[in-house]
Amino acid sequence: MHDPWVFVAFLLPIGLLLPAVAVLMGILLGPRKPNAIKGTTYECGIETVGDTWVQFRASYYIFALIFVVFDVEAVFLFPWAVAYNRMELYMVLEGVLFLLILAAGLLYAWRKGALEWV
Amino acid sequence: MTVLQIVFLVTGLVTLLAGVMVVASPKLVHAALWLIVSLAGVAVLFVLLNANFLAVVQVVVYIGAIAILVIFAVMLTRRVMADSGPTHNPTWWLALVSALVLFGGLLALITQLPAFGATEAALPATDSLADLGTSLVDVNRYLVPFEVASVLLLAALVGAMAVARPAGEDEESGA
Amino acid sequence: MGDPFGIIGRWLIDLVTGLGMEPGAALTLLRFLGAAILATVLLLACFFLIVAERKLLGRFQDRYGPNRVGPWGVFQTVADFVKLIGKEIVIPDGIDKPVYWLAPLLVVMSVVGIWAVVPFAPGFRGTDLNVGVLYIVSIGAIGTLGIIMAGWSSNNKFALLGAFRAVAQLVSYEIPMVLTLLIPTMLAGSMGVTAIVEAQKDLWFIAAAPLAAAVFLISSVAENGRAPFDLMEGESEIVAGFNIEYGGLAFGMFYVGEFLHAFTVGVLFSTLFLGGWRGPGAEAYPLLGLVYFFAKALAVWFLTIWVRGSFPRVRIDQLLALNWKFLTPLALVIVALTAVVDKMAAEQGWSQLLSLLAANAVLALVMFAVLGAYGRSVRRREEKLRGNAAALQAGSAR
Repeated sequence: MHDPWVFVAFLLPIGLLLPAVAVLMGILLGPRKPNAIKGTTYECGIETVGDTWVQFRASYYIFALIFVVFDVEAVFLFPWAVAYNRMELYMVLEGVLFLLILAAGLLYAWRKGALEWV
Repeated sequence: MTVLQIVFLVTGLVTLLAGVMVVASPKLVHAALWLIVSLAGVAVLFVLLNANFLAVVQVVVYIGAIAILVIFAVMLTRRVMADSGPTHNPTWWLALVSALVLFGGLLALITQLPAFGATEAALPATDSLADLGTSLVDVNRYLVPFEVASVLLLAALVGAMAVARPAGEDEESGA
Repeated sequence: MGDPFGIIGRWLIDLVTGLGMEPGAALTLLRFLGAAILATVLLLACFFLIVAERKLLGRFQDRYGPNRVGPWGVFQTVADFVKLIGKEIVIPDGIDKPVYWLAPLLVVMSVVGIWAVVPFAPGFRGTDLNVGVLYIVSIGAIGTLGIIMAGWSSNNKFALLGAFRAVAQLVSYEIPMVLTLLIPTMLAGSMGVTAIVEAQKDLWFIAAAPLAAAVFLISSVAENGRAPFDLMEGESEIVAGFNIEYGGLAFGMFYVGEFLHAFTVGVLFSTLFLGGWRGPGAEAYPLLGLVYFFAKALAVWFLTIWVRGSFPRVRIDQLLALNWKFLTPLALVIVALTAVVDKMAAEQGWSQLLSLLAANAVLALVMFAVLGAYGRSVRRREEKLRGNAAALQAGSAR
């Protein structure tokens, strides 16, 4: 029942542990000579001015939003694709309709300029 | 105590603890990361219920898309590292009491359901995915909600763009 | 020859049950050993993958590549590893410690986790999830999370900017990748990777869906952050992006994750579209299946290195425009077209392969025509602008 997941349940923590061991080796075996200048933020050699914050750019957020919608759509289509071989043509067309509605959404986003990296 | 029960209890506890930490973390980005832990806990619970598809969908959509969106929103609208401080007000105990009362009430209601305490239903066989697929396009079953879902996603897309784009760009837009 | 992997597995189980363990626990122990061996072999294989890639890149660039350390330079990465261990991991002030240290671990875990569902040979695989394809996507999404954690925790605005751009790229290219993954699922009738390889008995899926395979390859290369899409770590542009503040082996883990992912892209493409371990005689001799598997994966990996050595880097706006204005609409059309054509072919009794190939050919022609028209309109606009600028200059020079 849950048999297939046992291997995954072992592989993921091991995959997390092995690099942890490597990094730990680096920390233990490497020299450690901290000084005030080494600890400062790297900004190509010049001093950092102001707090660390990034100006709000709507484009990052908009791309992530569009991604969420298309991700959910793609996930909806997977059961349809799995059942593909036992479907009639009209069922396939219904799935294609689902896809086309969202393609229309992409076209709308394109025309509205939301896909520009300004 | 079978292994399954132990795994379930541990996962449940981790999920609950992560949920509490989401509320109690002083740093907002830490709260977002604890949210991801609790979402991952829910995915493990789906696996325990033999709902493989829902488990991976949970990770792909919730952790891979929505959590990243939440983190973007938090990082882009805050002074990132300088964000800490009390996140609860003096009457937090009142909220806790009302939450516990609500939980107790719901628990009392659920235990009165006839299905509660019945013998465990057999978990579905693993090839329910193809059945889900055919049911999504079957006229008698879930076809209408399926297509309405696509329209809903379209509405979400249009609405999100209308809200997120800075004002004054309408004149310059267009291909 | 029989089934060597089955024989080894059964021998191990018999050995352990002979020592008094019950068969259920013995199987679990076998799985644990398998997972440990797989993860270790993968990380160790990077030592040779990285040096092979550097030598190949060198040859593409008409130079030798590393050839000092060991015969033909094969121990170069071992030397690099030793060097990285000896480097001080400079820990900057003001970082968010738990997030900072967790990020490189998550990135490596996300690549190693993909190998759990890959079938190396008939009967030889980590596990067989019936949602294998989506599982691969979900584990990849965790890598994206690792990058944003790295960028944020570094207390460095350039790291944060780099992380945002990297995540915008990764997230965008996931869409055509997930959409084209619908095609093998449709053709095989299952999301399980083992089932997809089984279904390629008579026909490799690349023949049935060449355009989808191409889109999948391009998106996977972009997901990996390889040239021409290597803006995530554009060394000459944003100074290493999200891993600016990582030193020594912590940086080494990001590096290892990227190179292992490159090989994983080759493995995934060959499994989903080139038939995985399928080849003449593979069912009878599983070891032969293993050979075919690695040969195909290495061939695709070589192709991605070839692309890396041949193309310049794309700008971020070109990158995102390529994805949202070209690859995503193309992927949507491919899925719709393949679904309809394949079902019509099944109902009318046409040959599945020929009708799909015809549909792909028509779509490719339409695609090239659209691209050509777009290119011409851009060129006409440029010439008009240049013409205007020249006229202005001539006018002002007088």
